[in-house]
Amino acid sequence: MNWQFFLEVLMGGLLAGVMYSLVALGFVLIYKASGVFNFAQGAMVFFAALTFVSLTERGVNFWLALAITLAVMVVLGIAIERLVLRPLVNQPQITLFMATIGLTFVLEGLAQLFWGSQPHGLELGIPDEPMQWLSESTNINISQFDLFAAVVAGLLVAVLAIFFQTTRIGRALRAVADDHQAALAVGIPLRQIWAIVWTVAGFVALVAGLMWGARNGIQYALTFIALKALPVLILGGFESVAGAIVGGLIIGASEKLAEVYLGPYVGGGLESWFPYVLALAFLLVRPEGLFGEKRIERV
Amino acid sequence: MLYREAGQFKSTYAGDQQVFPIRQDRIAVVCLLIVAFVVMPLAANEYWLSAILTPFLIFALATLGLNILTGYAGQLSLGTAAFMAVGAFMAYNFELRVPWMPIVISFVLAGLCAAAVGIVFGLPSLRIKGFYLAVATLACQFFVLWALQRIGWFTNHSASGVITAQKVVIAGYAFDTPATKYMLTLCIVAVLAVLAKNLMRSETGRMFMAVRDMDLAAEVIGIRMMRTKLLAFAISSFYCGVAGALFAYTYLGTVEPEAFNLDLSFRILFMVIIGGVGSILGSFMGAAFITLLPIFLNSMARPIENVLGIALPPGLMSNLEVIVFGALIIFFLIVEPHGLARLWQIGKEKLRLWPFPH
Repeated sequence: MNWQFFLEVLMGGLLAGVMYSLVALGFVLIYKASGVFNFAQGAMVFFAALTFVSLTERGVNFWLALAITLAVMVVLGIAIERLVLRPLVNQPQITLFMATIGLTFVLEGLAQLFWGSQPHGLELGIPDEPMQWLSESTNINISQFDLFAAVVAGLLVAVLAIFFQTTRIGRALRAVADDHQAALAVGIPLRQIWAIVWTVAGFVALVAGLMWGARNGIQYALTFIALKALPVLILGGFESVAGAIVGGLIIGASEKLAEVYLGPYVGGGLESWFPYVLALAFLLVRPEGLFGEKRIERV
Repeated sequence: MLYREAGQFKSTYAGDQQVFPIRQDRIAVVCLLIVAFVVMPLAANEYWLSAILTPFLIFALATLGLNILTGYAGQLSLGTAAFMAVGAFMAYNFELRVPWMPIVISFVLAGLCAAAVGIVFGLPSLRIKGFYLAVATLACQFFVLWALQRIGWFTNHSASGVITAQKVVIAGYAFDTPATKYMLTLCIVAVLAVLAKNLMRSETGRMFMAVRDMDLAAEVIGIRMMRTKLLAFAISSFYCGVAGALFAYTYLGTVEPEAFNLDLSFRILFMVIIGGVGSILGSFMGAAFITLLPIFLNSMARPIENVLGIALPPGLMSNLEVIVFGALIIFFLIVEPHGLARLWQIGKEKLRLWPFPH
């Protein structure tokens, strides 16, 4: 076995996993804070990235475009709270989940209605090429861009973890996730909390969209990466930010390794289902995921 | 006044236990069956029969299957299309490898194959529930499509991965016109719907509902969890498998694995939600709604163009359609989370008093 090659595949997988984690983070945020399994996260990534790139292509300055997109995501977050979530307070989770699937359709339609459906390229100014010194010293190729994405993801997680653990709003978010009615009863302003969390999720979606867009171009297929984030989620546990990261790394690494080492025996294309089956096998052993909260059930 | 059970006394156990205990319901069902079996084949043109009514029935059957699993047994599944794919491709293979086999038998066998796949992918439901299970069923969706695309045996090594369904011949009679295909579909769907209706009010159906309402409590009162959950997966997948076989044989004719993608799974889930979770009638209503909605939206485009006096760009229309579709789903969930079936129930309550308020 070629260890250098193995390491390179492993590193490539881990860094790809970081990108999955970025999307999974958005899911975890909303689930933690409102108990909503937000299927529309992928559509939000697409919406944010498409808005940003369309603005820059029309000659808007990078930072201004970023600010405008962020503003749009804030408005979107508030609108979702007002039009979708508020009328559905205290409904079963499955109803909210279905509503977010409807939302997916609306967002995808809106994005393409405004900006057209042709694919866009995105250049962030970070070269996507192997780092010289690393390839020379250890003969392993790691892209500078991937490393940058990893750093961004790490920063986001650190900020979010502090936000959830220590701030007043963070604690309120966790209370809301536990029980809508109980949170309302102790005086937590549900509406504000939901608007805030969807805004934050919109921000995470924007970051994820920029990273993925710079890597693969911004096109409709971007909405599918949200599906790849799902096994990451169930592996890591829905309620855990750390789980999203660790799950992403495991999924990314294992799917690349499986594709390279097992793929040739079964005809390739393993990447489409391997993460799911891996997550499934894992769930059989630990039903709440790696870091998910263990549920205690009573009759 | 029109819909009132006053004066209808049950003097036998059989009378008390019949499927439709109210006379008006029985009359309505008979009328509906007459419309479906006699009026529709005579009145509808070929386009309606082949492009709207037949797919409606097939989707209604798949919706019924998912409703048994999600609505009655409470196990959320996003792998419906995969079970349909198993049904379609296995029916094709049974007909191909065993040419003398009657087509209805191969539909049933294809359904049983789908049920077997359903049991395998239903195993995780014993350990996990809720959204975890929903994501786990996605594994089924992707794995089955991958297997159908990669393993040549399923598609008879066709280069494009597309299969062409054989001619449907039963006892020497060829079902090759839209009207006959519609009738065949209708017969199968009607039989399976009656079976489902009866199954859901039997001991099995009550076990499903107990598991749905609270599986821990159900286990405590002695319902065997493994048997019940796997049975729900098996029955549901059987229905979906037969629907998939019909999808290939009486609707499309030629299908590729990609036809059974995640979008189809979602569409059927929408039909369940909009029709009404845990309702046989709702399955049909939901399927009708989702099948007719795009046609209705498309037909709306022309008058709008006339009023505005400009031609709408085609991209705009398709995007608007997606938006309206999504918005309608959200609207429905807000206004009536229990779906069209619930609206129908409310309507019946109103009818009991109508036209007098007391």
